[in-house]
Amino acid sequence: MSNYTFSSKTKNLSIALMAIGLLSIVGGFLADSHRAWPTLLHNSFFFMAIGLGALFFLAVQYAAEVGWSAAVKRPIEAVSSVLPYGAAIFGVVVILSALHINHVYHWADPHVHDPASEHYDSIIAGKSGFLNPVFFIIRTVVYLGGWVLFFRAFMKRSEIEGQGLNVQNWKATQSLAAWFLVFFAVTSSTSAWDWIMSIDTHWFSTLFGWYTFAGFFVSALTVITLVVLHLKGRGLLPEVNENHIHDLGKFMFAFSVFWTYLWFSQFMLIWYSNIPEEVTYYMDRFENYKFLFIFNLFLNFFFPFLILIKRGAKRRTGVLTFTGIMILIGHWSDNFVMITPGVMKEHWHLGWMEIGTMLGFLGLFLFIVLNKLASKPVSNPTHVFYEESVHHHI
Amino acid sequence: MANHSSSIREPLILGTKTYHQITEDISRPIEGKANGMFKVVFTISALIALWGVGCFAYTIGTGIGVWGLNKTVGWAWDITNFVWWVGIGHAGTLISAILLLFRQRWRMSINRSAEAMTIFAVICAALFPVMHMGRVWMAYWVLPLPNTFGSLWVNFNSPLLWDVFAISTYFSVSLVFWYTGLIPDFASIRDRQVKPGMRKIYSILSFGWSGSAKQWSRFEEVSLVLAGLSTPLVLSVHTIVSMDFATSVIPGWHTTIFPPYFVAGAIFSGFAMVLTLLIIMRKVLHLEDYITITHVEAMNKIIIITGSIVGVAYLTELFISWYSGVEYEQYAFLNRATGPYWWSYWSMMTCNVITPQLFWFKKIRKSLMATFIISIFVNIGMWFERFVIIVTSLHRDYLPSSWTMFHPTFVDIGIFIGTIGIFFTLFLVFSRTFPVIAMSELKTIVKSTSENTNQTHH
Repeated sequence: MSNYTFSSKTKNLSIALMAIGLLSIVGGFLADSHRAWPTLLHNSFFFMAIGLGALFFLAVQYAAEVGWSAAVKRPIEAVSSVLPYGAAIFGVVVILSALHINHVYHWADPHVHDPASEHYDSIIAGKSGFLNPVFFIIRTVVYLGGWVLFFRAFMKRSEIEGQGLNVQNWKATQSLAAWFLVFFAVTSSTSAWDWIMSIDTHWFSTLFGWYTFAGFFVSALTVITLVVLHLKGRGLLPEVNENHIHDLGKFMFAFSVFWTYLWFSQFMLIWYSNIPEEVTYYMDRFENYKFLFIFNLFLNFFFPFLILIKRGAKRRTGVLTFTGIMILIGHWSDNFVMITPGVMKEHWHLGWMEIGTMLGFLGLFLFIVLNKLASKPVSNPTHVFYEESVHHHI
Repeated sequence: MANHSSSIREPLILGTKTYHQITEDISRPIEGKANGMFKVVFTISALIALWGVGCFAYTIGTGIGVWGLNKTVGWAWDITNFVWWVGIGHAGTLISAILLLFRQRWRMSINRSAEAMTIFAVICAALFPVMHMGRVWMAYWVLPLPNTFGSLWVNFNSPLLWDVFAISTYFSVSLVFWYTGLIPDFASIRDRQVKPGMRKIYSILSFGWSGSAKQWSRFEEVSLVLAGLSTPLVLSVHTIVSMDFATSVIPGWHTTIFPPYFVAGAIFSGFAMVLTLLIIMRKVLHLEDYITITHVEAMNKIIIITGSIVGVAYLTELFISWYSGVEYEQYAFLNRATGPYWWSYWSMMTCNVITPQLFWFKKIRKSLMATFIISIFVNIGMWFERFVIIVTSLHRDYLPSSWTMFHPTFVDIGIFIGTIGIFFTLFLVFSRTFPVIAMSELKTIVKSTSENTNQTHH
């Protein structure tokens, strides 16, 4: 059984990217810290959430007794292994923001809660039972800590799984998955309200949590597919045939459509009702971020929809890779449009700082994922459904 | 296809069945005589349906003033029942289209009856908006037809019109999908008949199906196309139903989570109704080997998932209403939970969020009696959910001087009970004249997932 080798060329590339990122972040803080903070928040969230999305996908494979995916379990795990590192970085950024070291969260400014202050904002003050630094930090620690603990439990189960066919262990993983899904069902929504929705402190949307989830989940599915294609390109994972690739492509297609469904539901209902307290969210974005706003919908919907609807496209490495990269750019910029306007208003930039920071996180992401892949065999023949997966044919 | 199913998977067909045995078992209810029990149940259902039809006639003759609606609560039981029935109609399409895409083989024993249920439920649902028009003879005005009344057009901006399109599309596609699947099975039944009358009827129903390779190839192609068309419909129908409420600016109605939350609720209620019907049907028609505990358990898992999604949505709405800082939103939810309709809110919470959580216990999930009882709870809970959304939001809105209560009249109740009668009557007719399990489909998995294969592999 052959292992993946993290070649020194790729390693150097990822280290170079990290160096660019570090320079951009340091340079960013020296040049304009007001702009650097949301950039850091955006990128650390985007890459951490991909790990979280992969962990969710992993849990679903066990909870739903999925057979076909056993052969691609290692790539799913490898992508999810970003979570603990991502959570550490993101946790620091978000907690510092809640402490009002910057001005990402308007509610973190104590003056807006103080009736005596000229900056008093009665609407935000009304939310202070929820949006206050102490409670916010406790919640953040619970979400991130909980996810990381679940991640570690999954990895422990995976170790046992690797030692030999073990139905008891599979059952234990299944119940672990069920518990994780319950925890995730609540925290995926509430964390999105806390970390992202509260940036536009006045604004609210009940769908926001699911919308955020749909975005990072489709990004995670895309990354998993790209990792599998990369391994195939290296001549690894011989048991993964084009039917597996087709299924991964279907997931990219289906959840791109699902994301669009939620995008449309949220946008259309707010646009249709045209209530001032809600519609301002889209007004800001449409007036000041028009290009990105439309570009997002194009990259995240029309692109995957029109390209991946064909059966053949979902089985072709080149097409899937190209569409996958477009989806990732699309969701990265969607996250940008979710996070930046609340902080930067119309004075936003998408330049060296944002791109450089993104490249830095990308380098770190590749480093973690590829290291994880190289750490043990990429095949997983002791999975209870391995036989089913190897004979997967649709 | 060779059998590579893992040995931890439960068989989906019990006993050692041959192809012929499957045909025998599924044709039996059609060819045999109805027993006394069936006649009694059928008579009761038909009488209830008749009572409903009477109430309909009374409504049409006198006008919708015979309902309990008033100027504040302009929508009540009618729309509640409409949404309830449309929701129930969701399981069939989910089973036939989405579970097909997810290659869930357990769907094969239940898709036929779930699809039939879908069609009957949509028929019941459609009656309500039509009745609510009052002048039902003008119902065709909802269609954008060229007309001689000047530039009189339907309002394309109205979600009510989108409903007309969504539901008629849904009904048509579901019907065609259902019927297409029935053709080979009708042919199998036709070929077994000795009486010329029966032979003639099933011959017409089977459209001259001969089972040639060409026919099968086209059959499979058309099934795939219909599954592709049905998949977005599963989401679109209840999405648009939710927009009937969510596009307006009524507190408690205008909330962005409505589309996906309504879809999850619809699937939830649909599966509950499928369970209610199938637990009885498998017993009465002796189909225990085909609709097994494994099937029931799988459906119960869907009930937990969708019930929990609905639960998360309830809590999200509740929280965001507070978080929004909008006084009207906050009051709408306070009024739901503690106002004069508190009992409906807490019935909804208990039936939809708490009872399905019992399915976390494997014993309960695998118990037919417990499943049956919980499925009834869910049916009730989902009715209350729509009642809560519709009536509690309307009865106290922006203008306190108009606050009032809604009291259903005997006609409201009669029509609702009547549609249940219509639904059961149609289902009972179906269960004795149609092959209730897709036998041609089921035969494709008998070699890979029945008890005899699992035995030989061990």
